Amino acid sequence: MAEFERHEHDVLVVGAGGAGLRAAIEAAAAGASVGLVCKSLLGKAHTVMAEGGVAAALSNVDERDSWEVHFADTMRGGQYLNDWRMAELHAQESPDRVRELEAWGALMDRTPDGRILQRNFGGHAYPRLAHVGDRTGLEMIRTLQDHGIHQGMDVFMECTVTRLLLDGDRVAGAFAYDRERGRFQVFGAKAVVLATGGIGKAYQITSNSWEYTGDGHALAYHAGAELMDMEFIQFHPTGMVWPPSVRGILVTEGVRGEGGVLRNSEGRRFMFDDIPDLYKDQTADSPEEGWRYVIGDRDARRPPELLTRDHVARCIVREVKEGRGSPHGGAFLDIAWIAEKMSDAPAHIRRKLPGMYHQFKALADIDITKEPMEVGPTTHYVMGGVRVDADTQMSNVPGLFAAGECAAGLHGANRLGGNSLSDLLVFGKRAGEYAARFASENAAPPLDPEQVAAAERHSLAPFANDGVEGPYQVQEDLQKLMQNQVGIVRTEDDLASALEDIEALKERAANVAVTGNREYNPGWHTALDLDCLLTVSEAATRAAIGRRESRGAHSRVDYPAKDPDWGRYNLVLWKDADGNMKSRREPVRKLPGRLTRIIEEQG
Amino acid sequence: MAESTFRVWRGDGETGGFQDYTIETTTGMVVLDAVHRIQAEQANDLAVRWNCKAGRCGSCSAEVNGMPKLMCMTRLSDLPMDEPVTIEPMKAFPLVRDLVTDVSWNYRVKENIAAFQPREPDHEDGTWEIFQEDVDRVMEFRKCIECFLCQDVCHVLRDHHLHEEFIGPRFMVHVAALEMHPLDTGDRLETLRKDQGVGYCNITKCCTKVCPESITITDNAIIPLKERVVDRAYDPLAKLLRVVRRKGTPA
Repeated sequence: MAEFERHEHDVLVVGAGGAGLRAAIEAAAAGASVGLVCKSLLGKAHTVMAEGGVAAALSNVDERDSWEVHFADTMRGGQYLNDWRMAELHAQESPDRVRELEAWGALMDRTPDGRILQRNFGGHAYPRLAHVGDRTGLEMIRTLQDHGIHQGMDVFMECTVTRLLLDGDRVAGAFAYDRERGRFQVFGAKAVVLATGGIGKAYQITSNSWEYTGDGHALAYHAGAELMDMEFIQFHPTGMVWPPSVRGILVTEGVRGEGGVLRNSEGRRFMFDDIPDLYKDQTADSPEEGWRYVIGDRDARRPPELLTRDHVARCIVREVKEGRGSPHGGAFLDIAWIAEKMSDAPAHIRRKLPGMYHQFKALADIDITKEPMEVGPTTHYVMGGVRVDADTQMSNVPGLFAAGECAAGLHGANRLGGNSLSDLLVFGKRAGEYAARFASENAAPPLDPEQVAAAERHSLAPFANDGVEGPYQVQEDLQKLMQNQVGIVRTEDDLASALEDIEALKERAANVAVTGNREYNPGWHTALDLDCLLTVSEAATRAAIGRRESRGAHSRVDYPAKDPDWGRYNLVLWKDADGNMKSRREPVRKLPGRLTRIIEEQG
Repeated sequence: MAESTFRVWRGDGETGGFQDYTIETTTGMVVLDAVHRIQAEQANDLAVRWNCKAGRCGSCSAEVNGMPKLMCMTRLSDLPMDEPVTIEPMKAFPLVRDLVTDVSWNYRVKENIAAFQPREPDHEDGTWEIFQEDVDRVMEFRKCIECFLCQDVCHVLRDHHLHEEFIGPRFMVHVAALEMHPLDTGDRLETLRKDQGVGYCNITKCCTKVCPESITITDNAIIPLKERVVDRAYDPLAKLLRVVRRKGTPA
């Protein structure tokens, strides 16, 4: 293996967003030697895009909040398909993880008495999201980055892992290429943490960046790990819809948290028209009560714009379908209207939502302090991912851990806003801690030269092909397919034909040819990303076919109701010995009595 | 729908030149969209660095018609489209290929800046009391998305190549954010004077002009740092006091 650059670490972390950085910091603190591989430059990962805040029951704004309430909110939002233990750990530990960020230099918006300020968000009973205006993700990733670089870890920037290496059943390392020169890198590691984020680039309209091609999901799956909940893909209700080139860019839920309302072309606040039973008791009866909630009246209930994301997205789709959409096929999101209620509204909006103000001004010529925005659903997040142990984050492959968006369990059928940043911190830390422990208890596994050679052949294949198929065309066709057939509203026919089309795209992908050489060649990188995209697309489609009900983010026209029987199962996928994707129903773990009581007490 | 021509730098550090690409453009397009269309339709291997396409990650820095810009936030409608739009890589860093430069120097510089060191917590639960007015000043610096456009335009780096002696505007902002952080107890002034070249900046404010986050780099970060360094190192009274104090302290 002389021709490869070789690296040895106790713990290799793949992905340097919030979860990866937090895992790397924890593993280094435990004394492990740590390698951190990032697909982009350090500090550019998707966490940087997170806007609204990080959910933690600090109880700084409303002392009625507690981990128990946060736990119950998370379970309700996930329609009780969540792994209860992850939801419990998450609710209990996120306040400490947020305070720790402050000790590492993060500066968040403050309460009048000098504590961390918290804001309202969909599905959270009390103001719970610690934030910095609408750039919370930037504050978080920069804090972790600036802390992490002093902890003695080796950082490999612009480096993409294409295969995990195994020693028997156990993970032994990873095979990667660096973007700049196209040199192959072979990493030997006692433990590997996947923290690669989501799969949004499988769709045409998405808030996700180019990196989000499901790498961790696919790497784990091909290494023998199980995936779970892949039918649950969150379509964020508010993405930009106009002009075409910005379609999908996120408009933070913080706009609604600060009082923004959704209207259709008739000027009606249509969110009042359909309030799910699960949330009837918690939702305002009138616009007047909704506004009182926004300004902190503790007796008021949430406005319906702050219902969960799955529901808000479906309501917008309904309005558009029934002919009451905005000119470019969305709905109107209006924050300017609060001028009726506060004298300094424009200044207030610019202070609380500076990024949104700038984004609409610069990209759409819209002044959000004066006019409504046009918004529509955008692929945002995948609840599904690698099936892991709740406490340790280890998958069924010994030594292989996963944390953050690429892991499953915490969010169930639908994630609450703000619960992703806290997820990254809580489970990033746990993955790092337990990966370091695993590394200390196990010797370095040998690397198999055959596997390395096979990984190299796989990476170089697009240069050897002489066909006319280009990588971008296949990627675009896959995105269209997923957008149209495995989107917000699904049917058996669409899904079945999607599965056939994915098979055809796999054949086309195998023949993709790239030009140029290995140095910073985006055509080649796109060709390699296709493998991962096709794997996660197949997983999402198979799981969507399997779940014959509508629940959370998964909505079937042919099975429009929630089925109590399906409420007792998660769908698990794995690769069999012949290389085929298999699925099974896995019973949801039963809640212990203490947690059942909490849920009952919270109504 | 209209046709427009883009004059894009192609090549590596040794050889290269501009190449014209004509593509269809549509309403609302930004320069990065044009680059992506060229990449998808005419030049699959055109190297470009980007991530969020929303002005938040600071990856797609380049020079558009000679101006340092984020390509994702530069709309075609703000450019004269009756002539070719020139797109070329940043000049202050070594070229990797096409529009991509090697910005790793910036990451090495940051590692050498002393990390955040908080004072003891104010409360037993390990938290601090910090008021909004204490953080407002530093918030401006913490908006930085590390696009390095300020570094690109700084003549100390771009023209004089003093990368070994001057950390550049981005890291002046970083040091200012640490020095003015309400909890930080670190002292970076001596290093700033001796090793990080605070004196090189002669306040032409080019960095401030190109900052996509509108950070007032020169006035709010660099000048106050210069003042602190001067107060510390060159104030005769302070110098005398330091000597007296040093003598008065047991070894």
